[in-house]
Amino acid sequence: MNIYRENILEHYKNPLNHEEMEDASADFEDSNPVCGDEIHFWVKISDDGKIERATFKGTGCAISQASASMLTETVEGMSIDEVEEMGSDEIRELVGVPLSPVRLKCALLGLKVLQGALLKYKGEHQ
Amino acid sequence: MYHFTLYLKGSFYIYMVASMDEAYINEIRKDFPILETKVREGVPLIYLDNAATTQKPRQVIDAISEYYLKYNANVHRGIHALSEIASEKYEDAHSKVAKFLNAKFSEIVFTKNTTEGLNLVAHGLRNLLSRGDEIVVTRMEHHSNLVPFQIVAKETGAVLKFIEMEDFEKLDLNSAEKVITDKTKLVSIPHMSNVLGTINPVKEIAQIAKEHDALMLVDGAQSVPHLKIDFKNLGIDFLSFSGHKMLAPMGIGGLVGREEVLANYEPLLYGGEMIRNVDYDIATWNDLPWKFEAGTPNVSGGIGLGVAVDYLQNIGMDKVHQIEYELTKYTLDRFEELDFVKVYGPDAEHRGGVVSFNVYNDSGQLIHPHDVSTLLDENGIAIRAGHHCAQPLMKSMHIPATNRISFYIYNTKAEVDRTIEVLKQIKDIFN
Ligand SMILES: Cc1ncc(COP(=O)(O)O)c(C=O)c1O
Repeated sequence: MNIYRENILEHYKNPLNHEEMEDASADFEDSNPVCGDEIHFWVKISDDGKIERATFKGTGCAISQASASMLTETVEGMSIDEVEEMGSDEIRELVGVPLSPVRLKCALLGLKVLQGALLKYKGEHQ
Repeated sequence: MYHFTLYLKGSFYIYMVASMDEAYINEIRKDFPILETKVREGVPLIYLDNAATTQKPRQVIDAISEYYLKYNANVHRGIHALSEIASEKYEDAHSKVAKFLNAKFSEIVFTKNTTEGLNLVAHGLRNLLSRGDEIVVTRMEHHSNLVPFQIVAKETGAVLKFIEMEDFEKLDLNSAEKVITDKTKLVSIPHMSNVLGTINPVKEIAQIAKEHDALMLVDGAQSVPHLKIDFKNLGIDFLSFSGHKMLAPMGIGGLVGREEVLANYEPLLYGGEMIRNVDYDIATWNDLPWKFEAGTPNVSGGIGLGVAVDYLQNIGMDKVHQIEYELTKYTLDRFEELDFVKVYGPDAEHRGGVVSFNVYNDSGQLIHPHDVSTLLDENGIAIRAGHHCAQPLMKSMHIPATNRISFYIYNTKAEVDRTIEVLKQIKDIFN
């Protein structure tokens, strides 16, 4: 039971920053219709364009939820541009277990939703 | 056999039958080299995804390579030795399929898969539909038997109607009586649901369609590989199926159509092979079934399908069904004992060899099928997880996805036992 032995399960069972954010600068929600994974992200952006805090809620497989949880921790303090540049390589590294192409899509959902929230923020503020 | 049982104690007799079957299955398994695969070091393959596609026996693989090694040539064209052998073998494959399904040679059109056959029927239906006419399908469709009719309905102004289900287990015949009317031009149902496993009452529904002069199409993707089919006796107009789900290679399938219907039906593709006479401004169509096989066909695939049919007939479709029934019944009985597994669909008597289920942890939380299948895969067990190309059905059942085990002639009870053992471990991991 290799892939779930790592910290995936820990993040899945006890996700970090797993709540709505009242004073979010932007939020975004999306799903992966193929597996029914759903994720909603909230972000708080500081005046200098950095991610102060990110939170999420969602349902779905362990990989999708764990990767969203890890992401909330990783992006704290990063600039909007830095997060926008993240892609599958960064997510593979973050999740740290081998992912088949199908499971990679699960792992990428959180990033996609977070980037959607940032795009929305930029649309409203720039 | 009968005489022996008189002298044997009942339980011993059952033991004998069971072990005879085991030996029989082991003989079958020898024909499938891929079943010896180690998925990873020390992890043997347990292949339980047969509703998606089956493995191929050596006989089929050999027939394909023999074609390419010894007599590869285009069919129906060349007047030379290789072309004649290729043509004969390709036509022979049509005959075998015709006999297998109790249809006429002229009624067997080779396609690339079930989906193509369904699209062929949907395409031709355009000519027969006027605004306000109706097409009837069911609430348990594979996308392949739904989307083509959504499009045709939209284009022609026809209306798509649905036969409802009872308890997400079977079709509601009262609903069929109600939705099939004189406005109905075509009824199409799956013979067997690829999600629930339900075997549908084709004959009864075909009878209703007939009373209203509607054409009857059956999606046989999951039935032709597993059940004895008598096309003529079913009283239907079309039956579509895929070779790859019945031991044959990918890229070959069949559409069976009643001769009188096919004769006037519009082809899906136009070009070489399907014509008789061509002038610059007009063309006439070839005889059946060639009218529906435009262009160079999948000759090796067709020959492979013929050999797959031989293989199945050698076992006998009653025996195929019996093997699958026993595996299914065994699985359902074992799942019944497990309070963390929820099974969908009817009892073993009313389904084929497909079991969809979900797994829950001790606090009743759904373990996502993708997680279940990933962990099964780590143990070499191949199942399907997802919506099985039946999103509307999943939505109406209010589940994101299911796990699905599906059997074929080479599966064993030991494989089911191993799967259940791993499912228990998976539940514990998620506790
Ligand atoms: C019920 C049903 N219909 C249609 C299909 C489509 O078959 P194919 O992809 O071979 O065209 C499938 C197979 O997935 C099926 O299970």
